[in-house]
Amino acid sequence: MKALQNLFDSIKPNFEKGGKWEKFYTLYEGHRTIVFAPDLVTKSKGAQIKDAADLKRVMITVVLAMIPALLFGILNVGEQHFLAVGESATFLDKALFGLISVLPILIVSYAIGLATEFVFCVVRNHPVSEGFLVSGMLIALVMPPHVPLWQVALATIFAVVIGKEVFGGTGMNILNVAMTARAFLYFAYPAQISGDQVWTWLGDKAAVDGFSGATALGVAYNASAEGTPVVDALASHNAGLGADFSFMNMFMGWIPGSIGETSTLMALIGAVILVYTGVASWKIIVGGFGGAYAMGMLMNVLAVNEYMAMPAHYHLVMGGLAFGVVFMATDPVSAAQTETGKWIYGILIGVMTVVIRVTNPAYPEGIMLAVLLMNVFAPLIDYYVVKANKTRRLQRATV
Amino acid sequence: MSKIVKLKKGFDINLAGKAAQEFADLAAAQTFAIKPTDFLGIQRPKVLVNEGDTVKAGTPILFDKAMDQVMYVAPVSGEIVEVKRGEKRKLLEIRILADKEISYEDHGKINLSSVDRDTLKSKLAAGGVWPHLIQRPYGVVANPAETPKAIFISAFDTNPLAPDYGFTLQGEESYFQAGLDALVKLTDGKVHLNVDGSKSVPGIFSNAKGVVINKFSGPHPAGNVGVQIHHLDPINKGDLAWTISPFGVVQIGKLVVNGVFDASKVVAVTGSELTKTGYVKTLGGASVTSFVKGNLNSGHVRVISGNVLTGEKISLEGYLGFYHSQITVIPEGDQEEFLGWLKPSAKKLSFHKAIGLFSFLNKGEFKVDTNTHGEERPFVVTGVFEKVLPMDILPTYLFKAIIAEDFDEMEELGLYEIIEEDVALCEFVDPSKNELQELVRSGIELLMYS
Repeated sequence: MKALQNLFDSIKPNFEKGGKWEKFYTLYEGHRTIVFAPDLVTKSKGAQIKDAADLKRVMITVVLAMIPALLFGILNVGEQHFLAVGESATFLDKALFGLISVLPILIVSYAIGLATEFVFCVVRNHPVSEGFLVSGMLIALVMPPHVPLWQVALATIFAVVIGKEVFGGTGMNILNVAMTARAFLYFAYPAQISGDQVWTWLGDKAAVDGFSGATALGVAYNASAEGTPVVDALASHNAGLGADFSFMNMFMGWIPGSIGETSTLMALIGAVILVYTGVASWKIIVGGFGGAYAMGMLMNVLAVNEYMAMPAHYHLVMGGLAFGVVFMATDPVSAAQTETGKWIYGILIGVMTVVIRVTNPAYPEGIMLAVLLMNVFAPLIDYYVVKANKTRRLQRATV
Repeated sequence: MSKIVKLKKGFDINLAGKAAQEFADLAAAQTFAIKPTDFLGIQRPKVLVNEGDTVKAGTPILFDKAMDQVMYVAPVSGEIVEVKRGEKRKLLEIRILADKEISYEDHGKINLSSVDRDTLKSKLAAGGVWPHLIQRPYGVVANPAETPKAIFISAFDTNPLAPDYGFTLQGEESYFQAGLDALVKLTDGKVHLNVDGSKSVPGIFSNAKGVVINKFSGPHPAGNVGVQIHHLDPINKGDLAWTISPFGVVQIGKLVVNGVFDASKVVAVTGSELTKTGYVKTLGGASVTSFVKGNLNSGHVRVISGNVLTGEKISLEGYLGFYHSQITVIPEGDQEEFLGWLKPSAKKLSFHKAIGLFSFLNKGEFKVDTNTHGEERPFVVTGVFEKVLPMDILPTYLFKAIIAEDFDEMEELGLYEIIEEDVALCEFVDPSKNELQELVRSGIELLMYS
């Protein structure tokens, strides 16, 4: 360790004021503080000791919570591929295939995102922040498995620059960074990120007869348009291949979709980690699922088509709701920041997701827009919660 | 009407180095000092003595030209050995080399049954005990020209390694009661004495007469007087309340009964880096050298006047602050740690449970150094401050209002109700490592002076 410290010390003069790379001091510091927790001490007045938790540890906790979703996603990409081309494959084959598809996306997301971030750190001379540790992983997990890498790169740059850095960097953004990346792709390249073909990576092979690459949400929407009960349509989808959209399959995540979003179970494992460690707000997560379920029930009551009549609990396992609620909605910077506000924010995300899914044919997946919309409204929710607090204080004075 | 308040929010910091309830065998202090920087709200301090002068205990040393009735007096008789100034001639310390035998300035006993409020005020102000009275809002030395709506006394300290008042104030019962009797005359409202509802209350407090006794229980900061005021009779815009420590009450009592400024106090000498911990009998403003030197486990330490949350770093030759009854010595933490942000540990104290932080499983005592464990960042994590501030206040929004220098917001969000010590735990738990106590003071100064 001493040798490493000495190495850092030996190159330090180059980065200090007057050194040849003084502009890059922030990068030097950023790297050193990753290897070694800094030797900073508390000031002479005020708290003389500080908690052992810092933002790096908080962020790495979130990354860790996403690992189950990532691993499952890798496996599922392989699973879906071999299913579509009608070949039988071993666990290892699937995992390897998934790894080959997913790893480049993950690498591009991190490499391009961090590079963009570093440029801003140097230009604006602010410290390298930890936020992208999470965003980099999230961006990869919300990509379809066969998205072109240049699109991943472009979306990442857009998200980091427009989603975050223009507002002043980590902690200042209004929109969730990863959702911004996803929304960018959705609206910039709609042909490539929607439809039935992007969710399964066929490679140079052809799909077997009877295979449909549609997502559960697509199937549900089409079934509704044709007037067949959604649950039946889901159950018969790819049934011949043994990969129907049963509730259990969707809960486990053996369905086509973005890399990390398919498995509700993995999202729930992530949720347990996030809630237990206190990193994410359980109010947002419970609110999100609760809001979606309640809205699903309300749709049942008011049902005028088959989609509305779909059992409410199906909404919780379809599409990216679970992943979005657990990992995207809980981003503390873009979410509501008051405790009451978190309930309202979470519930409305669930409600909006179901509303968008069921009523808007253009956007089969509602969670992305629901989260972004509520990101925008979070400050307004907080405004009223804060106002209520002020009013309580004011009323106390006049009593 | 006395109240029982049970608080849930907060965090008890269980540090190693507690003072056993006994007097430690440590040499007596030789020099004493008054530090004008201890007194918040002093605007233009004027020194009344020169180096080489001899003073008695209770002789005025300085006063504030902006509030010239209030005298800041010598804790001990002896010779003024140094008037230490810093940059721009800022007054830092006035040091006194103590006589072997203390001689007292006679301020005259006060007959509480006949004295009127204004005379009482002027006697307390001239006698040197007035600075114990702190005004809320703002947490500055109270102005004798004003009358508070109530006076609040917290009779227990929940800070880490805090002294036990039942031990430090033993034998002072009659002075404490005399002090309370004087305080009752200073307000038209009530005098609230807030005791620890989770323990048996020392007789000095439970037998107090003429005051309202309230019970508070819960983790730190349940012992903070600001938190208590919030639950008893909160400070609104235009309100004025005073607070005082139990030691301050005793010192007022001694002035009333004996007519002298008697600064003798029992101080807790605590911290993981001391060989001997315990209590010492000394005077306010004592040099800590004789308590600390030769009593250290290790070489690289930080000596703190006060506790680890709100105290102030002093040198090995430093002096105890006017308001402090505690010295804490902890390790200095200026070393890098390989992957320190990632390593799992149950020994690193944390309020959080983020990955690898297992201190919540460790019910033992913690040895904590002064490392910040991370660099300053914008606010990212939300909902944490709320868990350690048992008040109906939205701390993050208040902090942001102060950063933005938005006066209306600061007022409306409750800056009148808090001072530094109330956000000390917020500062401790903040993963973004912001200097929140300093921030709160800067906000208060904006409200006060502009």
